[in-house]
Amino acid sequence: MQVDVRILRYDPQRDAKPHWEAYQVEAEPMARVLDLLHTVKWEQDGSLTFRRSCAHGVCGSDAMLINGRNRLACRIRVDQLGRKISIAPLPGLPVLKDLVVDMDGFFAKLRSVEPFLINDGPPPARERRQSPEQRARYDDTTKCILCAACTSSCPSFWAQPGYVGPAAIVNAHRFIFDSRDEAAEERLEILADKDGVWRCRTIFNCTDACPRGINVTQAILEVSAAIVERHA
Amino acid sequence: MTDLAARPRVAVQHVYEALIVGAGGAGLWAALELARAGVRTAVLTKLYPTRSHTGAAQGGVCAALGNQEEDHWEWHMYDTVKGGDYLTDQDAAEVLAQEAIERVIELEHMGLPFNRTPDGRIDQRRFGGHTRNFGEGPVRRSCYAADRTGHMILQTLYQQCLKAGVLFFDEYHVVDLLGSPTTGAQGVIAYRLADGELQVFRAAAVLLATGGFGRMFRVTSNAHTLTGDGVALAYRAGVPLEDMEFYQFHPTGIVGLGILLSEAARGEGAYLLNDKGERFMEQYAPTLKELAPRDMVSRSIMLEIRAGRGIGGKDYVYLDVRHLGRAVIEEKLPDIADFARIYQGVEPLTEPVPIQPTAHYAMGGIPTDIHGRVVIDAANTVMPGLYAAGECACVSVHGANRLGTNSLVDLLVFGHRAGRAMADDVRGALVPEPPPGAHERVAGELGALRDRHEGENPAHIRRELAAAMMDDCGIFRSDAGLRRLTVKVRQLQERFARARVQDHGTVFNTDLLEAWESGYLLDCAEATVHSAIARTESRGAHFREDHPERDDAAWLKHTLATRAEGGPQLTYKPVSITRFQPKPRTY
Repeated sequence: MQVDVRILRYDPQRDAKPHWEAYQVEAEPMARVLDLLHTVKWEQDGSLTFRRSCAHGVCGSDAMLINGRNRLACRIRVDQLGRKISIAPLPGLPVLKDLVVDMDGFFAKLRSVEPFLINDGPPPARERRQSPEQRARYDDTTKCILCAACTSSCPSFWAQPGYVGPAAIVNAHRFIFDSRDEAAEERLEILADKDGVWRCRTIFNCTDACPRGINVTQAILEVSAAIVERHA
Repeated sequence: MTDLAARPRVAVQHVYEALIVGAGGAGLWAALELARAGVRTAVLTKLYPTRSHTGAAQGGVCAALGNQEEDHWEWHMYDTVKGGDYLTDQDAAEVLAQEAIERVIELEHMGLPFNRTPDGRIDQRRFGGHTRNFGEGPVRRSCYAADRTGHMILQTLYQQCLKAGVLFFDEYHVVDLLGSPTTGAQGVIAYRLADGELQVFRAAAVLLATGGFGRMFRVTSNAHTLTGDGVALAYRAGVPLEDMEFYQFHPTGIVGLGILLSEAARGEGAYLLNDKGERFMEQYAPTLKELAPRDMVSRSIMLEIRAGRGIGGKDYVYLDVRHLGRAVIEEKLPDIADFARIYQGVEPLTEPVPIQPTAHYAMGGIPTDIHGRVVIDAANTVMPGLYAAGECACVSVHGANRLGTNSLVDLLVFGHRAGRAMADDVRGALVPEPPPGAHERVAGELGALRDRHEGENPAHIRRELAAAMMDDCGIFRSDAGLRRLTVKVRQLQERFARARVQDHGTVFNTDLLEAWESGYLLDCAEATVHSAIARTESRGAHFREDHPERDDAAWLKHTLATRAEGGPQLTYKPVSITRFQPKPRTY
């Protein structure tokens, strides 16, 4: 089938501001949006610029705004979108070129929540024990691939760029609720800040945007509840 | 377009004690060891670390923990040697199997969320070719985190690197390796994607940890970015490439796309079915059936397809998980089920999933010793300052065919070891100085590729290469096909020398870097095809229809392909055999 693809293009060496360009692409209904982008790049215009790597939704490179929603280009198919498809960079992040956004701020926020296991006790000779129930407690948030689809879909983040954002909270959650970790208090302190969890307005855009199916809003609410409990 | 500088600018010169190229599992673990040792280190990646393809590994990481049933590292070592069709270096396999246990426990201590047994230990499951008591039957050896084990390893190592303050240069694409076997490694030249600036990184120790080169095949499980960068850079610098003819096709890829459906499905009990609904692996591997090693399963699938027993007579068979039930599929194989739904529109709970073999893993690569030090000849002479680990390296622990999960074991064990060796070696070492103007050659080549106004689209050259390699250097090979392919590869190299990209800018020019990657793939293909022509036997993943038997008398040896005018020069080196004498390989 023929698909009308509109892509928001911007090359800082040529363009004063972003503009839409239209392409016609022949595609199978099961083709992914990433296939459309490759067809344009390899057959029509080599200067079209986007990030991608694994092409099956595990590396998190190709999050973008597709028909108005944040999606991974390699995980959404033409037959889910129809014959008219618009593609733009993730909203709320500085655009470097075409569909490539600046991720430095996103990763800086991730680093701010101490996203690593902290347990300074001497490690046992074998594994630390953790029951299947304890393991299940934080399973959902281990799935994050740091694609930024959630954070850049969040109206609170758009309004308050200082907001640490859903992805960082998800990665804090992953350790706060891990029975082996000893630094939950520190992370809750960080997230109790004015740019922490209280910026969340439970709009649920993040949950809709997550390509890994993480219940992001739920994770944010669980962290908020833990902060409240701590002060009670 | 002419207003842009004809050549990429060179502005910055960095000096570190150690450099790591690539931020997958091997690179990150080496970085951690260097950070722990207080060595000034920079990690360069053309992506962001968390985008590396270690994250795509699904099924698990084998270690003889014995959490579920009796197991011993000697059994793991034996399976690795036999799985590799006895081309595995046994001193290296011994290290692999022993240290797998330490590294998996250490990963758990770093926070890796393994699935757990009811009493809270690391859960383990079966995997292809991994057996109890030297081949008696399958054993539960694979430690796993659902079917996202690689994702968890990559995330955990990245998290620990953040904790340790490792310095990353994200989206820096390494385009040249400085030094030679004579001078030793001197550093690298990297192209910064953000603005096209070339930067010189000098160091006393350089680790190549750039992963594989599956993109030289049309149907592959590999990421688009797996283009053999480190392997080609070593080859260009004069390092021989080892055992390049051994390339693994994984049995269960999504038809057409090549996306992997993990062996974990078969580890949990999935069947392979032909058009008649038969579990055909019972014929080919009566003991292990679907859990035979990958080379055998992939060949069996292709034989079924050739015999007209593909589904509907077509070029695929079925992977059937229906009998495992919803609970197992949703809890232990969630991503695989998801991939079938998204990319094939198939519901694995109620329908069998169409699959075909997919190009997956390079057993060969940059030769190293068991400390990750690059070696350059049959006498295992070390090249000073150069190291390799992970898929780009050839230790060789995988021999002629890698067992499932052993890629993760390899990158943990030898990433760790390479980091340790580098930390030892740089102590008191001077950072060598590359000759003035060392960047000129690569700057000129990049500039020409970017600014040429006529020429062929490199994307088309890459596509032709991938199609030709799939046809003539895949699961079945022959002298005639490989000879045709050498001519084709040479022609593509000549065409590539005149290619040109369409993006002439300096900001985030992925058109240019994709083209540059095609040059890497062409080099990897050249070494692969020449090595494959010469090896007139069948062993592991290298199957010659005109020489269908293994020939230990003539070919129990590693290939070394050294770059030369008119095609690589081939020499050979002996296999390390310590505990297990070669035997016929049956399962």
